[in-house]
Amino acid sequence: MMNRSLTLKILSAVILFGAWEIAGHIPVSFAFPTFLESMGALMRMIGDGTMLDAYAETLRPLAVGIAISAFLGIAIGIWVGLSRFFDWLFSPIFIVMQAAPLAALIPLLVLAYGIGLTSKVLVVCIMAMPVIVLNTAGAVRNTPDSIKEMGRSYLATDLDVILKIIIPAASPVIFAGLRLGISAGFIGAILAELKITPTGVGDIITYSRSIADYPSMYAAIFSIILLAVLFLNLLERIEAVLFKGNQRGYASD
Amino acid sequence: MPQTSAAETSAVAEGDTTFEIAVSTRNISKNFGDVEALNDLSLEFPLGQLTSLLGPSGCGKTTLLKIIAGLLEPTSGEVEVNGQKVTGPGPDRAFVFQDFALLPWASVIRNVAFGLELRGVARSEREAVAESYIKQVGLAGFEHAYPHELSGGMRQRVGLARALAVDAEVLLMDEPFSAVDEQTRRKFQEDLLGLVQDQKKTFIFVTHSIEEAVYVSDQVAILLPRPSRVSEIIRPSSFRGKGVDNIRRDSEYLDIVDEIWASLRRYVE
Repeated sequence: MMNRSLTLKILSAVILFGAWEIAGHIPVSFAFPTFLESMGALMRMIGDGTMLDAYAETLRPLAVGIAISAFLGIAIGIWVGLSRFFDWLFSPIFIVMQAAPLAALIPLLVLAYGIGLTSKVLVVCIMAMPVIVLNTAGAVRNTPDSIKEMGRSYLATDLDVILKIIIPAASPVIFAGLRLGISAGFIGAILAELKITPTGVGDIITYSRSIADYPSMYAAIFSIILLAVLFLNLLERIEAVLFKGNQRGYASD
Repeated sequence: MPQTSAAETSAVAEGDTTFEIAVSTRNISKNFGDVEALNDLSLEFPLGQLTSLLGPSGCGKTTLLKIIAGLLEPTSGEVEVNGQKVTGPGPDRAFVFQDFALLPWASVIRNVAFGLELRGVARSEREAVAESYIKQVGLAGFEHAYPHELSGGMRQRVGLARALAVDAEVLLMDEPFSAVDEQTRRKFQEDLLGLVQDQKKTFIFVTHSIEEAVYVSDQVAILLPRPSRVSEIIRPSSFRGKGVDNIRRDSEYLDIVDEIWASLRRYVE
C-alpha cells in the first residue's frame, strides 16, 4: 500500500518535471527555463550559501506568522464557535480579512508598521489566519449534539466537553483549515518580500528577474513550494499521530 | 419447595401495591417555547425493574427520559432518584443513546471507560473495569477497534458497556435498539431480560415498538400526546418467568400487544 502510494508520488513528479523540461525546450517563453537549468541554479545557490542566507531571512516572518496564526487562530476559532457573542464580534473581521485584496492594502500596513518584521508577520497572519479561524469555528459549532449530551450525562464539566469532545470532534476540519491557512501563509511570506522590502527568497526572485537570470528565479520559487509541501506533509503526520481514530480510510475502500 | 412458592406468591400479592420506588417523577411539565411537550405528568419506577415508556411519536417520552437524566430541566415539577431531587446529571444514572453517541476518534476501550475517565478514575483501573464489561457484552477482542470498524449492533453494545461501566443504579435507555437490524434487536431484547435479572438495576426504557415494550418490561407506561399524559400502566404478570423462547407465543403477551395497539391506533395517522 505504502509502496504503491510512493510509486504514484514519484510517477506524478516525473510527469510534472518532464513536462516542465519539455516546455522549457520548446520554449513557451524566453523567460521560462527548463527544469534541469532551474535545478542547476538551485544547486549552485545551495552550494554557495545564497539559499541558506535567504531562508534565514524568509523563515523568520513565516515561522512567527504561522505560529501566531495557528495558535491564536485555533483559540479564537474555538471561542467564536462556542459563543454567539464572539461570533458576532470576530467573524466579520476575519471574513473581511479573507476577502480583502491584500496586495493593495500592503502600503497601508507599511504606513502603520514600517518596513520591518512586524509588517511581514502581519501579511503572513492576514493570509493564514482567517481560514484557520473560520474553519475551526465552523467545526466547533457543528459538533454533533448527541456526543455533547453524552458527555454531560456522564458528568463532564464544561471544560471536559471542550477538551475531550468538541476539540477532538472538530480536529479533522481544524487540520484542514491549518493546511489551507499555512499554505496561504507561505504565499503571504513571499508576497511580503516582493511588496514590502526585497529580502530573502523574495529578493532572489526580484533580483534574478531584473538581471534576466530566470533559472535562479524559478529555482527560488521551486524551493519555497517544495518547503511548503514538506511542511504540509509533516502536519498530516502530526494529525495522524494525535487523532488516530480520525483516519477512516476512503469512501471507496 | 412449598415454602419457596408461598414466599413468592406473597411477594407478588404485596408487590402490586408497594414496590420500592427508585425513580419518581412528580407533576412534570415541559414547554419548548409554545409547544407543550409534557403536561403535569407523574410516574413511578419500581426498583430493580424495567419500565418502558411507550407511545406514538411526539408524546414526549424521550423528553421525559432526558428530564430524568438531568439533561433537560422541567418547566415545573420534580424528579427524585432514590429520594434525592434531580438537579442535573448524576452518578446514579447512566444513559444509553439511540444513535450510540460514541466518540469516533476513541477506541472501544476508551469509549467504554469514558464515563470513568470523566470521573477521574485512574487509567489502569478504568481500563480493567471497561475490559470486563466489554467481555460481558460480547465484544472481547475488539477493545482496540474504532467505532467505524464496528456494525451498528456492536456499536450499541459499546454504548451499553459504557453505561454499565459507571455502575449507576438507574439505566436510562432511549430507543436503544431502534437503529439496529431486526435480528440483532431480538438478541438484544433477550440479553436485556438477562441483564435486568442479573444487574439489580432500575431500567427506564423508551421505545416505539409495542412488541418490544411488552417483551422486555415489568411495567409498560403508555403515554399519549396532546396533551401528554400517562394513559395506562400495564404490568404483564404471567409470562415473565417462562423463559425468553416462550414469551412471544404466550397468550397474555399477545393479548397485551393487541390491547395496546387498539388504544394507540387512533393517535397514529
